[in-house]
Amino acid sequence: MSDSNVVKKPVESKVDQEEKRVGVFVCECGVNIGGVVNTKGVADYIGTIPGVKVTSVNKFTCSDSGQADIQSKIKEHKLNRVVVAACSPKTHEPTFRACIEEMGLNQYFLEFVNIRDHCSWIHMWEKEKATEKAKDLVRMGVERSKLLEPLQASEVPVTDKALVIGAGVAGMQSALDLADMGFHVYLVEKEPSIGGRMARFDKVFPTNDCSICILGPKMVEVARNKNIHIMSYSEVKAVDGYVGNFNVKIEHKPRYLDVAKCTGCAKCSEVCPVEVPYDFNEGLGTRKAIYVPFPQAVPLRALIDMDNCISCKACSKACESKAINYDMQPSYTDVNVGVIIGAVGFKTYDPEPRHDFGYGLYDNIITAMEFERLLNAAGPTGGHVVRPSDCKEPIRVGFVNCVGSRDKNTNIYCSGVCCMYTIKNAQLLKEKRPETDHTIMYIDIRTPFRAYEESYNRSRNLGVKFLRGRPVEVKEDPVTKNIKVRVEDTLAGEMRNLEFDLMVLATGIVPNEGIGQIQQLLKLSKAADGMLMEAHPKLKPVDTTIDGVFLAGCASGPKDIPYAVSQGSACAGRATILLKNKKAITEGITAVVNPDVCVGCEVCISMCPFQAIRMDEQAEKANVVKALCKGCGTCVAACPTGALEQSHFKNKQILAQVKNVFKFQEVAA
Amino acid sequence: MNTEVQTPDAWEPNILAFCCNWCSYAGADLAGVSRFQYPPTVKILRVMCSSRVEPAFILKALKDGADGVLVAGCHIGDCHYIDGNKNAEVRINNTKKALGKLGFDKRLRLEWISASEGLRFSEVIRDFTEDIKKLGQNPVKEKIEPQINADERRLNASANKSAANVQGREVK
Repeated sequence: MSDSNVVKKPVESKVDQEEKRVGVFVCECGVNIGGVVNTKGVADYIGTIPGVKVTSVNKFTCSDSGQADIQSKIKEHKLNRVVVAACSPKTHEPTFRACIEEMGLNQYFLEFVNIRDHCSWIHMWEKEKATEKAKDLVRMGVERSKLLEPLQASEVPVTDKALVIGAGVAGMQSALDLADMGFHVYLVEKEPSIGGRMARFDKVFPTNDCSICILGPKMVEVARNKNIHIMSYSEVKAVDGYVGNFNVKIEHKPRYLDVAKCTGCAKCSEVCPVEVPYDFNEGLGTRKAIYVPFPQAVPLRALIDMDNCISCKACSKACESKAINYDMQPSYTDVNVGVIIGAVGFKTYDPEPRHDFGYGLYDNIITAMEFERLLNAAGPTGGHVVRPSDCKEPIRVGFVNCVGSRDKNTNIYCSGVCCMYTIKNAQLLKEKRPETDHTIMYIDIRTPFRAYEESYNRSRNLGVKFLRGRPVEVKEDPVTKNIKVRVEDTLAGEMRNLEFDLMVLATGIVPNEGIGQIQQLLKLSKAADGMLMEAHPKLKPVDTTIDGVFLAGCASGPKDIPYAVSQGSACAGRATILLKNKKAITEGITAVVNPDVCVGCEVCISMCPFQAIRMDEQAEKANVVKALCKGCGTCVAACPTGALEQSHFKNKQILAQVKNVFKFQEVAA
Repeated sequence: MNTEVQTPDAWEPNILAFCCNWCSYAGADLAGVSRFQYPPTVKILRVMCSSRVEPAFILKALKDGADGVLVAGCHIGDCHYIDGNKNAEVRINNTKKALGKLGFDKRLRLEWISASEGLRFSEVIRDFTEDIKKLGQNPVKEKIEPQINADERRLNASANKSAANVQGREVK
């Protein structure tokens, strides 16, 4: 007999032989469970199962008194297994694990049964059947609990560096906060400049501050911070590892010039003969094929748009610092970080493909982002709002809200910001040119949060008209190119025919390009709206289900600027818990090999997605590298001899549940 | 085998659902949070990954009288464990083939349900319940010995052997 067996067997048998004393705690969750499931009936039935020493029904098991009840009953009845029948382990398992651990029980001696999300909430009108189902579910849990074995959660060291993906206002805030706390931050931005969407806005609601005037200094602050390493025009290509120890591969796209030599003087742009639509201005106006992204760009460096470059080499001749290199290739950096913050941002809904409200068909219908650039003093028209068909300044301007939002044909959710930015845009133009006439066509006006409603009132006082209704017909006058709209005024209860010189669509927030790639790289979930999903909508709004990965800003759904900034700071705070403690607790669930049974067939090695199983060449047995094993159980199910087991999900534990699923019906029949 | 099955009106199928921790279990949670009602025919058993589900578990459930078994995991490409669900797909499809010989294949279903698909979760359960209702009660149910205490490891091993199947990959 080998040494390992000598050590192992007594431990196992001790747990096996020990008398199982199970305590079952059924939660009523107020009326959430108690209003449907007869919790008393469940507890009475479960009390008849051999091994169950005590059952208890609590109004709220997770409350202080509920947890105190568990602890006192552990003591009183010398319980060694605890079954909690309540809500979802995804939210409350850690609470009860900590609760029983305080009483000296191994935290893995907790079995959590979900009789709320999986029972009372979805069988609201079938009280008896729900009660029977709850009995089945709890019985499965009790039988499984008797077979639970102690496990040790393991500690892993945390690299005290962070990666922030996306340098919009949320990502920059995360990076700044972390850097100010003394941690090194890699800030990766796919665009050539940091700043994100906010850099493109003209003014921001409700204060009508100049957007770049408040963002610009922040961008400079990021650039000056010694703890922040900006990687602009770069993308995350691969992520490997786990909390505390992520290995990330970052691709730096070629700018075709040496950023160390470039001074951002833009002399190259002056000589470049190629003009293409200017993406920063939403395609309005033009830029050159070699260009500085925008005047306040950070880093203030040029780049060549190789798709449009004609290789005339004029820029190379004009460049005094000899920075240009046409043969540049993508380069890569590998970084090791402890935490990752995803602040991947958003894009605005594109009404072009569906021609929503005639966009793309008629010249004088533009999106709010285009309007924003027209308003901007650095925009294509120097701040003069003109209409595209004849470059004349419009008098009658119509705004349509909820384009690509609150519409079952596009996105059902509310983007939350469109009402406010439309109010702001109308105000700005009205203030610039009081002779203009503005009509906002809306479904509902939504103005929560400080000074938002006041901004709405201000618009009304300025004379902006609000019309509750959606255009049902949009036509262009073939001669004047004016936009003729038929719209139902739902407050007055009559149809109205209106004519506008310019119509602006308030397009909503949609998931950013490449969000799918980030989702897969970070192993996150997507919500129904296509944005990334947080760990809990109320209590863990910036955490994700992946330890060490956090989300800020519009990555997890539409948000306005203060909300995004708060989330940026929140992520930094959450991340600091890991970075400062320098360690993270990981689940003790891994695969385990029983060398007595393993025949060394290597099937498991081919199945493991993480290359966590190695062959012990000498013994010809498989060997699980615990630090690499993520505990999925793929190999366990594949093992032809049954030598592999997944701790906490052992065959006997799962089969105990399977065996007990249908027992109640048998007894009842 | 007795194919005559009795389906009294009151009869409701019994379905066991293996849900992966990351997507489908969370999807079932979301169905609950959203109050998407579905029939109380299903009991959920949580596993970390759909690839943990062994054919033996499915056989055991069917043998013990489950009228249907659902295995639910993350969508392909979204697996928390890179490609565990691809292994599950191979394994469950092979098990389905084997069950086909007994006429049981329609009682096993594999579905990808993400954490955001609460509505889909409830629809899958409703749909599967209807399908099972059409199939009728599991005919094995009445014949089962009251106590099945067969050695689990042996059961497991034999199921795995019969399904060398199961790997879907070449064994060295």
